[in-house]
Amino acid sequence: MPHAFPLFPVEGSTAAPGVDQLFYFLTAVSVFFSALIFLLIFYFAIKYRRGSKDDTPPKNQVTNNIPLEVLWTVIPLVLVTIIFFWGAQIFVKDARPPRDSTEIFVVGKQWMWHIEHTNGKREINALHIPVNQPIRLTMTSQDVIHDFFVPAFRVKKDVLPDRYTSEWFQATRTGKFRFFCNQYCGMGHSLMRGWVYVMKPEDYEKWLRGGVSGITMADQGEKLYHQFGCITCHGTGKGPAFAGLYGKTVTLSNKQTVVANEAYLRESILYPTAQIVNGYPPIMPTFKGQVSEDQVLQLIAYIKSLGSTERNTGTP
Amino acid sequence: MHNSNSVVAEQFDDRIQQHEASNLGMWIFLATEIMFFGGLFTGYTIYRNLYTSGFETASHLLNAKLGAFNTAVLICSSLTMALAVHAAQTGKRKKLIAYLLSTMSLGLVFIYIKFILEWHHDYLEGLAPGLHFTYAGPHARHVELFFCFYFVMTGVHALHMIVGEGVLAVLLVMAWRGRFSTEKYNPIEMMGLYWHFVDIVWIFLFPLLYLLGARF
Amino acid sequence: MSSAEAELPIESRVHYLNADYGIKSWLLTTDHKRIGLMYLVSITFFFCFGGVAATLMRLNLLEPQGLLVEPETYNKLFSMHGIIMVFFFLIPSIPAVLGNFLIPMMIGARDVAFPRLNLLSWYVFMTGGLLTLYAVIAGGVDTGWTFYTPLSTQYSNTHVMAAAAGIFIAGFSSILTGMNFVVTIHKMRAPGLSWFRLPLFIWAMYATSIIFILGTPVIAISLVLIALERWFHVGIFDPALGGDPILFQHMFWFYSHPAVYVMILPSMGVVSELITTFSRKKIFGYHFIAFSSIAIAAIGFLVWGHHMFVSGQSIYAGLVFSALSFAVAIPSAVKVFNWTATLYKGSISYDAPMLYALGFIGLFTIGGLTGLYLSTLAIDQHVHATYFVVAHFHYIMVGGAVMGYLGGIHYWWPKISGRMYPDGWARVAAIIIFVGFNLTFFPQFILGYLGMPRRYAVYPAEYHTLNVVSTAGASILGLGYVIPLIYLIWSMRYGREAGPNPWHATGLEWTTASPPPPHNFEETPVVTEEPYSYDRLAEEIQVA
Repeated sequence: MPHAFPLFPVEGSTAAPGVDQLFYFLTAVSVFFSALIFLLIFYFAIKYRRGSKDDTPPKNQVTNNIPLEVLWTVIPLVLVTIIFFWGAQIFVKDARPPRDSTEIFVVGKQWMWHIEHTNGKREINALHIPVNQPIRLTMTSQDVIHDFFVPAFRVKKDVLPDRYTSEWFQATRTGKFRFFCNQYCGMGHSLMRGWVYVMKPEDYEKWLRGGVSGITMADQGEKLYHQFGCITCHGTGKGPAFAGLYGKTVTLSNKQTVVANEAYLRESILYPTAQIVNGYPPIMPTFKGQVSEDQVLQLIAYIKSLGSTERNTGTP
Repeated sequence: MHNSNSVVAEQFDDRIQQHEASNLGMWIFLATEIMFFGGLFTGYTIYRNLYTSGFETASHLLNAKLGAFNTAVLICSSLTMALAVHAAQTGKRKKLIAYLLSTMSLGLVFIYIKFILEWHHDYLEGLAPGLHFTYAGPHARHVELFFCFYFVMTGVHALHMIVGEGVLAVLLVMAWRGRFSTEKYNPIEMMGLYWHFVDIVWIFLFPLLYLLGARF
Repeated sequence: MSSAEAELPIESRVHYLNADYGIKSWLLTTDHKRIGLMYLVSITFFFCFGGVAATLMRLNLLEPQGLLVEPETYNKLFSMHGIIMVFFFLIPSIPAVLGNFLIPMMIGARDVAFPRLNLLSWYVFMTGGLLTLYAVIAGGVDTGWTFYTPLSTQYSNTHVMAAAAGIFIAGFSSILTGMNFVVTIHKMRAPGLSWFRLPLFIWAMYATSIIFILGTPVIAISLVLIALERWFHVGIFDPALGGDPILFQHMFWFYSHPAVYVMILPSMGVVSELITTFSRKKIFGYHFIAFSSIAIAAIGFLVWGHHMFVSGQSIYAGLVFSALSFAVAIPSAVKVFNWTATLYKGSISYDAPMLYALGFIGLFTIGGLTGLYLSTLAIDQHVHATYFVVAHFHYIMVGGAVMGYLGGIHYWWPKISGRMYPDGWARVAAIIIFVGFNLTFFPQFILGYLGMPRRYAVYPAEYHTLNVVSTAGASILGLGYVIPLIYLIWSMRYGREAGPNPWHATGLEWTTASPPPPHNFEETPVVTEEPYSYDRLAEEIQVA
């Protein structure tokens, strides 16, 4: 509902009302204390001004009152404790995406956003999602630190090079909502933005299918699996097999264990000697410089499609 | 009242106040140095824990014998520095000059070994990130990171030593000119604190950088 | 000095300004008062630069498409505005100007502990400043004052090195100043001046100096590492080497958060002095205010991660930093309540310094309360790096720190120059600044919550109106700053002579002539009473 002079962005996600409520509470507290201080200052400054009837000679001045000090220490302490817990509770609750989230992949680079849906559909500086469905963005940067911020959803997260970060949201109304790059990234930072299009599920399905060759991210990944020769080792037993790998707990050559999540798979492709799986020789060559971030995501989608051990693979 | 020949500077009331102030000032300065190195040590500790294998591999590429020798050199130089302070406090000009010279010489030995025998060698071996890094063994990425820390940490330390050498030279000239006496020896004491601090930093650096992973 | 002599006309006495003439007597001075003045000129110079950058920024933001400059230039403008204002104006402001001038006088000393280091600190500051100005003139820096990697180390092709080197060098000036103040306060107090008889300005400066000493070296090493990575590709933050760009953020903010307390604590110290003098009253809760300064400095070292809630830092780290960030708000709240209580049953006058002090309390309250929003994890996820943050820190830095600075300058101007400025103009300027400030920055809270990101050269049309309001306010604010510049300079020649204690204030600095003699006091004072003894002073005035 457009306002002539809006003070708040539209509440477009499940998270937004909770954040706004806390904001109202904070504003109420702030207005109360600001008003209290302003009014007291005005009142005292006028009542006790030099030359007035209440101008007090400095004898027997009140300059200490321990109970008062305790009072105005404890009350703020109680208030900030409430605010802390309230905010932390929302934050922690919303930190993990729901299990049935639709995954969408985001690659940020100076100064545009590449977005890829699992079915292979790509878009630039735009994000189409269905309403009332949790969406999890897995994001990485090809260069500097960016940030994906949707004011209407009240959520943002930095997008880092050489690592995956993620955020999730569930849109509650259809329409279009702005998103911005929100970590200063150089010349084109203020132009690195676009629109989130929230659609009714049927419309989203139609959009998703339109203009797509039918090749999903996993299909692309499989093509790359052959093209880059991964199959020569990983398909012959020379390297660890991929079936059921995603989400599995892997034992490394130094006997430590690690969960095979997106970050692990990405590192294995780009920096293969960092962590060697137990029982295998460290002979995998690196593909850094040969494979792009988009292609890494496609390879990961392919590996996921070969069956996963569903466990806690949440990327932070 | 103070005159220009007084051992007590104008802003101070007496020698004791001046002495205490100088001491406190030097300790505060050393606190800033701890914070300066602290950032490096913290970063190093984080990565050493994250990339244990890589850092151990890299540590083995350093010459622990030279490092150990240098540690001994620095400890000796701290001894000569402490002796210099004592000589200054007791007004023994010749001994003061001798001990200052010894400290400087030992410091120069350290710097020679560090720059010529170690750094230059590492550069030729292809272990100098940014300039000439060719190591291609296991964990190459983390080995390079280790060497980034190695050069920065020992470099910053060496810079502090070089500055120390400069101050020692100035103090040496002053001692030669008879500027110090049982009444005025505070600068030597202050330098002693600084030198010991630089030594202690090395005593942390040596095991952290050179002695990772089992070697025996 | 006999009070008769102190009342003599300025030019018939020897004081620190006329004791020696010529440029060498200034450039080679070791007199803390002259050094304070030299800093005053320097930081005013840098403030003008930073202010010009701000003017151009706000003008550019009049139009959503950018009215004045290309984004590339705008990025350089906000970077330079931040760097110059933070490192070359705010951080030195009160400590290097008022701290240098007043600390020895307030404790009854002839000078600071290390006068030559004091002079060195000014030269170091100027060297750093000029190097940074070189970076501006040679084409600017566009990384923001925060220098985040890998943008600063690998992608920016502006003068990062020169700017980083300039800040690095200027940092030593802070360290030397902090060292000097701590030793001076510990070792050179006049007889009878125990810790709890010290003016609260001294407590504030002490806490600030602790931060200078412990915090500044960390940004020094962070900048060294940036330079090394940029120049030699020695990459500790480089992801390709297994390095972590977030490590840079931790190291940077470990200093830069305490740095903001460096910027506000001295102002709080000034406000304690102003409120007592212009209420003719002892401060309410002296010990609480003194200890809260120390608490702010201490807790301030533990909260840096609140700049990184959405950086990819772990949830647990976020929880810890959020809780601690709330904790650091409490001592500040305690101060605000104590200052307000000081007004109760006082005798309040509305001289310009008092207007600045009262303005400080109001604006700092708002700024501090909005800090609570930012400490709240769920809210910060929305407003991080938006104009909400920009508004918050300007309320503290400008509505707080700069108002405190101006209040202090006006208050101690008679002591520094021996002359009074025209109070009518001063009050008008204070009010113009207050109004202009609020008009500039309050709309930015709204802009931020609406989602306008910071560091944007161009923006969507729906943010237009509030940006226009903000720029209008900025023009008023700018006018407000120009007025004191004019009348203060005017007063140095034509202002009415002030005498030793025009405000009838307590405090050792008011017992000596204005301007003070070169060694501050003819005889070392002996302190026998509590600070702010206005009850005793009143008796004296009535008896006299």
